[in-house]
Parts: sequence; structure tokens; C-alpha cells
Amino acid sequence: MTVTVINIILLCLLVITALAINKQRNLFAATMLTGIYSLICASLFVCLDAVDVAFTEAAVGAGIATILFLGTLALTGFEEKTRVKISIPALLLVSITGGLLIYGIQDMPAFGDANTPVQTYLSGKYIDESATEIGVPNLVTSVLASYRGYDTFGETTVIFTAGIGVLMLLGRGRKNRKGLLDEDDA
Amino acid sequence: MEHHLVLRVVARLLIPLIMLFALYVQFHGDYGPGGGFQAGVIFSTAFILYGLIYGVDKLRDVIHPDVVRSLAAFGLLLYAGVGLAGILSGGEFLNYSVLAIDPVSGQHLGILLIEAGVGITVASTMVILFYAFASP
Repeated sequence: MTVTVINIILLCLLVITALAINKQRNLFAATMLTGIYSLICASLFVCLDAVDVAFTEAAVGAGIATILFLGTLALTGFEEKTRVKISIPALLLVSITGGLLIYGIQDMPAFGDANTPVQTYLSGKYIDESATEIGVPNLVTSVLASYRGYDTFGETTVIFTAGIGVLMLLGRGRKNRKGLLDEDDA
Repeated sequence: MEHHLVLRVVARLLIPLIMLFALYVQFHGDYGPGGGFQAGVIFSTAFILYGLIYGVDKLRDVIHPDVVRSLAAFGLLLYAGVGLAGILSGGEFLNYSVLAIDPVSGQHLGILLIEAGVGITVASTMVILFYAFASP
């Protein structure tokens, strides 16, 4: 009961923050609001007992992402230039897509249903055998690092690739943007 | 940033604590919430905070962009190396059970090493991103 009330409050705050970001024309304020949005998301994840995800959301969403947004704003400017006009076709398209998504939710299993494929396929094996096979108390770590080590390797590669991508686009410094390949005079 | 005395003093106090907390998250990931990814992000925050308060040039003196780039690659190679070590020891790619005398301590060693790899790559990539956006 208490959790339900907390969830409702958090979800309301989430919607309010999203609307505030949408209304905000000052990009600095909008960036701060996205940080708050991430923090509320992290609180929701804690309510769902997903502390590892909440931790990541708080560190990445509220921490690093905010700083990177601010870094971008320092390059581009703090005020949104164009006034937004309401476009009827876009509004229609968004409403239809949103409606379809909500319609699609009806097919999803109930929250916490034990008989869904997610719960019945491999989770049981992980929960039963992790303690003897891996011997690491945190089940999330044993799944991420060992059972799903290949996926985590892929994720790390993605992060590395993203860093390289940003380096290619911005990393040379603004003095010599033209030559990406002449390494020596960088 | 010459006159922001409070910011500079607080940052000086916070940076070692942030780093210590990151290391705690890194090595306590087996027992509680956390792990390489979160620890890497938190660890990079210490450098980014330093860069924000004292300026990017000072940060460049602390850790040079070339070093950060090498570390990002090193973390990923460490991860891949653990995987290859599994093959060389007679198992599959990223099978840690064959890395030590018994499977469980092999798993512990493997997880420790790959989490370190993830942490190093994530922390370095975040600092790379900060350098890319902040360098003049």
C-alpha cells in the first residue's frame, strides 16, 4: 500500500517534470530538470527493487549526462532560438503512436507475474545455481559479469566506440577542426 | 575560477571521497549494488569535478588526454584478454571457470578482472567525453 502511494507520487512528479522540460525555453533550466527527471526515475527503480539499475540511472542520468548537456550548452548557447509552433500532423502522429503503444500494453503480462517467459526460462537456473557455480552474493553481478559476460563485453565495446566517435567529431579541439587525420599537429 | 573559494575548498574535500567511494562500488559490486560500470562513472566524476573547478588545463596536467585514450582501450583489451585466457586455458571465450584451480575461484578472478576492465574503460570514456566537450 505504502509502495503504491509512493509510486503514484513519483509517477506524478515524473509527468510534471516532463511537462516542465517541454515548456522550458531556457536550456540551462531544462538540463537541470532532466537531471531531476533521472533522479525520480532512479527512485522508481528503487521502489521496483532494482537497486543496481537505480544506481546506474542516478550516476549516469543525473550525473554525467547533466554535465555533458552543460558542456554542449557551453558550445551552443543557453537559450532556445526558435519558438515552437504546434503542428497538427505531428500531433496526430504522436497521438496515434501513443494510442497504439497503450493498446499494445494490454498484451503484456501483469506486473510481477511468475509465469511469464522472462521468469520461467533461465531465471530459475540462475537463482538456484549462482551461489554454487559463481559464489558471488550479488546475483545481478553474477548474471552480468559471468552468465551474460558476452553481452557485457558488447556493452563495454559500445561505450568505447561511443567515446571514439565523440573524439572523431569533437576531440581535436576547435583550433584545427579541418584535418581529422593529421595527428602530428594536434 | 580564481575567486570561487568555497567551490575550490569543497571540491578538494570531495574529490578523494568520490574516488574512495568509486573504488568501494567497484570492489563491493560482488556483494551489493554496484560494479564496474557505476564505479567507472563515479570515478570519472572526480576528474570532471576537478576539471570544472580548476579548469581543463589543470586537468590535462593531472591526466593527459593521450593517457585517458590509452586507458579506454586498455580496459576493453583487459576484458577481451580475460576471454582469450579462457580459450587458452582450455575453456570457451569468457569462461572464467578454467582460470584458476577450482571453478568458483576462477569465476571470482574472472569477474574481478572484467569488472576492472569495464570500470577503466567507462571512467576513461567519460573523461574523454568531458575533454571533447570542454577543451578550448
